[in-house]
Amino acid sequence: MSQVLLKQKADAPLLQVRDLSLLYGPEKGCQDVSFDLYPGEVLGIVGESGSGKSTLLSLLSGRLPPQAGSIGYRSKDGEWLDLYSASEAERRTLLRTEWGFVEQNPRDGLRMGVSAGANIGERLMAQGVRNYEQLRGAGLDWLSQVEIDPQRIDDLPRTFSGGMQQRLQIARNLVSSPRLVFMDEPTGGLDVSVQARLLDLLRGLVRELDLAVVIVTHDLAVARLLADRLMVMRRSRVVETGLTDQILDDPQHPYSQLLVSSVLQP
Amino acid sequence: MTNALIEVRDLSKTFTLHQQNGVVLNVLRGVEFSVQSGECLVLHGASGAGKSTLLRTLYGNYLAAGGSIRVRHAGEWLELVGAEPRDILQVRQQTLGYVSQFLRVIPRVACLDVVMEPALARGWSKANAQSRAEHLLTRLNIPQRLWQLAPGTFSGGEQQRVNIARGFMVAWPVMLLDEPTASLDDNNRQVVLELMNEAKAEGAALIGIFHDRAAREAVADRHFDMTPTSVAAEEYAHAR
Repeated sequence: MSQVLLKQKADAPLLQVRDLSLLYGPEKGCQDVSFDLYPGEVLGIVGESGSGKSTLLSLLSGRLPPQAGSIGYRSKDGEWLDLYSASEAERRTLLRTEWGFVEQNPRDGLRMGVSAGANIGERLMAQGVRNYEQLRGAGLDWLSQVEIDPQRIDDLPRTFSGGMQQRLQIARNLVSSPRLVFMDEPTGGLDVSVQARLLDLLRGLVRELDLAVVIVTHDLAVARLLADRLMVMRRSRVVETGLTDQILDDPQHPYSQLLVSSVLQP
Repeated sequence: MTNALIEVRDLSKTFTLHQQNGVVLNVLRGVEFSVQSGECLVLHGASGAGKSTLLRTLYGNYLAAGGSIRVRHAGEWLELVGAEPRDILQVRQQTLGYVSQFLRVIPRVACLDVVMEPALARGWSKANAQSRAEHLLTRLNIPQRLWQLAPGTFSGGEQQRVNIARGFMVAWPVMLLDEPTASLDDNNRQVVLELMNEAKAEGAALIGIFHDRAAREAVADRHFDMTPTSVAAEEYAHAR
């Protein structure tokens, strides 16, 4: 038991974010964001629309260069990579291998013109896997892991329901065994019943695969279910951070209190 | 002070209600105690005295305003006030258990999985976790036909017992108990009392709130009086 603890104490963060800023206008965008993310940790970013959550996610995931600040990432072989002094090619490789990104709208994260199996196989192919049986095997395996009938492997994603598309997008991201996954409102566009199923699936996968996750959501119930800790954003700044249940049950900042007390209890 | 597992010094907790003109409630101040291995400390005081607030503050669910909460964690003393979230999560996984009378239901997750979760989080094999969970559910009289169902549709009493099974799934060095026996029938209350006494016998330090006298007398070693001092009571009345 204590050995496990020592190991976890000893291991270094996966992501080190320092003073990250990108402003489109006064208080539009995000500014002065700093945090460390550890392997296996799920960080939720909550706040109202326009608070800068999605801008921050774009900066973190290497999609948008910041005006100031830095992001360090510790790669699989233990080397620190400064994300924005790395080349475009290095960033792309990272995004296709050790990282994943689950879009709110699955149509943005899937290739709609190719089969479900091809969607899942794409990352493996980018990593050099050429064996058809292996690719097909991974496709079948991941379809069943995300609770899609493996017989649908040759069907196009557009014949899938919204919830299935979202699960396919998750499979497509996780097939390459990423260590860090970014999620932008992954349950946002789904029916409540479908949401519950997806959340349950995500909880299980995060634990089994020991994924580090940065998840943006405006749904505090989703945050409570998935996140270990939260950052509350308002008008481009992080106003409060802490343990998820502490932020939700005993928020300190006036804005966090407003956010938590504004939710309707079903 | 030979075998204490948790030590609380000068602990205070305030709530600042920014949405209500910044009213400040001083719920806890100057709280001090320690609890030894194999001992049960019962929190005593009227409704509103801050007993549940104290348990939640010890668990890190509420943020302490000041003072110190130290627990023996992995062989060392660890200060919880001001600790990093990931350290608190480690403490919650290994050292500090919390059992309330309310189950937080997660859609679609089966009763058995809810109960097994604390053991799986510690890396138990699924087979071991399942046999322990089945043993507890049987003892707590949850019919086997319910085990594979999500507890969302269970009765209040059944949910409460599922939550207790989950709470006693693994051995916690320090256990916080918020009315685990409330509104249980005699038979089930007796099971919960046995579980608590077994935990004590294994060396756990218990801190609990029990409104029913029989439960208190069955497990309590010491009482901690939380009756508000006159000053605090006055402030509370004023704040309201």
